[in-house]
Amino acid sequence: MKLLVCVSKTPDTTTKIAFTDGGAQLDTNGVQYIMNPYDEWYALVRALELKEAAGGTVTIINVGPAANDQVIRKGLAIGADEAVRIDADPKSALYVAKQIAAYAQKENFDMVLLGKESIDYNGSEVGAMIAELLDQPFISYASKMEISGNTATISRDIEGGTEIVELDTPFVLSASKGLAEQRIPNMRGIMMAKRKPLKVEAAVEAPDMSTTVGFELPPAKSAVKLVDPEDMNELVRLLHEEAKVI
Amino acid sequence: MRGSEFLPNQIKNLMGQNNGVSASATNAKAAADRFQAHDYYNLDELLQEDHLLARDAVRSWVKQEVSPIIEDYANRAACPTHLFKGLAEIGAFGPSLPMEYGGGGMDEIAYGIIMQELERGDSGIRSMASVQGSLVMYPIYRFGSEEQRKKYLPKLGSGEFIGCFGLTEPDHGSNPNGMITNIKDDGDAYILNGSKMWITNSPLADVAVVWAKDEEGVVRGLIVEKDMPGFSAPEIHGKWSLRASITGELVFEDVRVPKANVLPNVHGLKGPLSCLSKARYGIAWGAIGAAMDCYDAALRYSKERVQFGKPIGQFQLTQKKLAEMITEITKAQLLAWRLGTLANEGKASPAQISMAKRNNVHMALEVAREARQIHGGMGITNEYPIMRHMMNLETVLTYEGTHDIHLLITGMDVTGLNAFK
Repeated sequence: MKLLVCVSKTPDTTTKIAFTDGGAQLDTNGVQYIMNPYDEWYALVRALELKEAAGGTVTIINVGPAANDQVIRKGLAIGADEAVRIDADPKSALYVAKQIAAYAQKENFDMVLLGKESIDYNGSEVGAMIAELLDQPFISYASKMEISGNTATISRDIEGGTEIVELDTPFVLSASKGLAEQRIPNMRGIMMAKRKPLKVEAAVEAPDMSTTVGFELPPAKSAVKLVDPEDMNELVRLLHEEAKVI
Repeated sequence: MRGSEFLPNQIKNLMGQNNGVSASATNAKAAADRFQAHDYYNLDELLQEDHLLARDAVRSWVKQEVSPIIEDYANRAACPTHLFKGLAEIGAFGPSLPMEYGGGGMDEIAYGIIMQELERGDSGIRSMASVQGSLVMYPIYRFGSEEQRKKYLPKLGSGEFIGCFGLTEPDHGSNPNGMITNIKDDGDAYILNGSKMWITNSPLADVAVVWAKDEEGVVRGLIVEKDMPGFSAPEIHGKWSLRASITGELVFEDVRVPKANVLPNVHGLKGPLSCLSKARYGIAWGAIGAAMDCYDAALRYSKERVQFGKPIGQFQLTQKKLAEMITEITKAQLLAWRLGTLANEGKASPAQISMAKRNNVHMALEVAREARQIHGGMGITNEYPIMRHMMNLETVLTYEGTHDIHLLITGMDVTGLNAFK
């Protein structure tokens, strides 16, 4: 099976977010980056498991600058066979989806996998857009996938339960928790990754159709208010007027 | 919060999201690992991609596998033997040995960084890996025959075999040349007699690399297997240090060791000393890990602990401690990095390695003591890693050459005058 896994680079989960340029740009000073865990822990690892069970290749693709190579190399260390980086600034979900779809179109993958969202912008848009551009089905929030021949049986997380879907390849899938277990690369994998191909390709034309003009942080948490246990009226007033929960 | 399943456990606990598993003591300890690395001089910029990947991989492994259990095992003075397999899988055994012999094919800086991250978890866990890689696999690789390499190294690298290293004796620690363990020629075998002391991993070991004098008084290396008649490895109990690492003796009573088990390419004390240089190099890096963990805990505590209406980190005497700690850690990082680049070029002298081991371990012990003070009474509990690191570092200060012996090595190197004679 020929599998493509889309990986994005996101700030580490413990990053303290700040902005520059009057709120229009993320302040990258001191930010540690990681591979988006939904891409890494679930989409990539499940792809590797499929390859290990039935053979094939796993290619990872990223849209971004050369500074993303370390994150890409981690994917190779975990076990992907090769990597492609589309050398462009990932301006928007549509822009990224067009780049990935253009590459996938050329290579005829059996499956395109990616995380259900990236943990920075949380858009959950790229997968659906790739599927549309490739004219393929899109299965989102997959928490389990079994393959028999070229037919996949996939469990999707839906509100309050699970939906089970069956379909044939090719398709695009977004992965949620449960699809696989995180793998930590070992030293041998890290050294092998140095010798695996990381191709850099030029971006295809894709016009900017939207522009981010600003970000706003949520309001700072106010201090805890202690209420005298005898004064229930004050507690009710605060819950009603300030917290606005009753 | 989106993506919160990837947050460290303690943040999930605060958010009430850590459901599914009951809040056992183990989980409480897992929640305590809030470690964040400190790189005051941007040394990451000096590291290669594979160094950073190795560092992050071992750091993740330690957070998942070591931090959740280590206080409990140290408290019970029990060795988490299941971690041998995990150490092997991550590639912590002999990472700088060639892949074909069970190693990782990495450079010396990668090896150092792996040791740093393991010791950030616990000096005992780093010791498990140091002994296996530097004191067992390395001498078999460096001094062994091709048959010995093929027979033992892959199994040691994969963790199928546990190894130990026997040099120190009950009456000969700093003076290994006085050893009385000896071998006598007996046809196709040697008869081995004597005993070794303070041997990490020995009660669990499948193979021991043992140093003994032959009938001419020349030190030779032998591979002793655990089921050879007359060989036993009783455990040493009652340690207040490296409590999560197992330590024992090696006792040889007329053990018949086939000549095929003698390391053919080494004669004299230079053999075991070269292994010690390799291990000391790893310790020079490892100690930084313990220091980083203590500093990180103390820095966080100083910002959270309020006295007299302000965080204790705002008091000048606390800032003095923290400033000195990060300064000393940064100097040790630079020393280790430079030593690593020399080692990669094959130019790190035993005396240079000795200096880094002595300096960095002493630094780590001082950092642990200062961190303990910043934590006040909490610093003596196992809610924080400080006291465990501090007690561990008392061993690390002494083993692989005591602090004083390392001072004399530097002294001899700079004066040309031998204080040992």
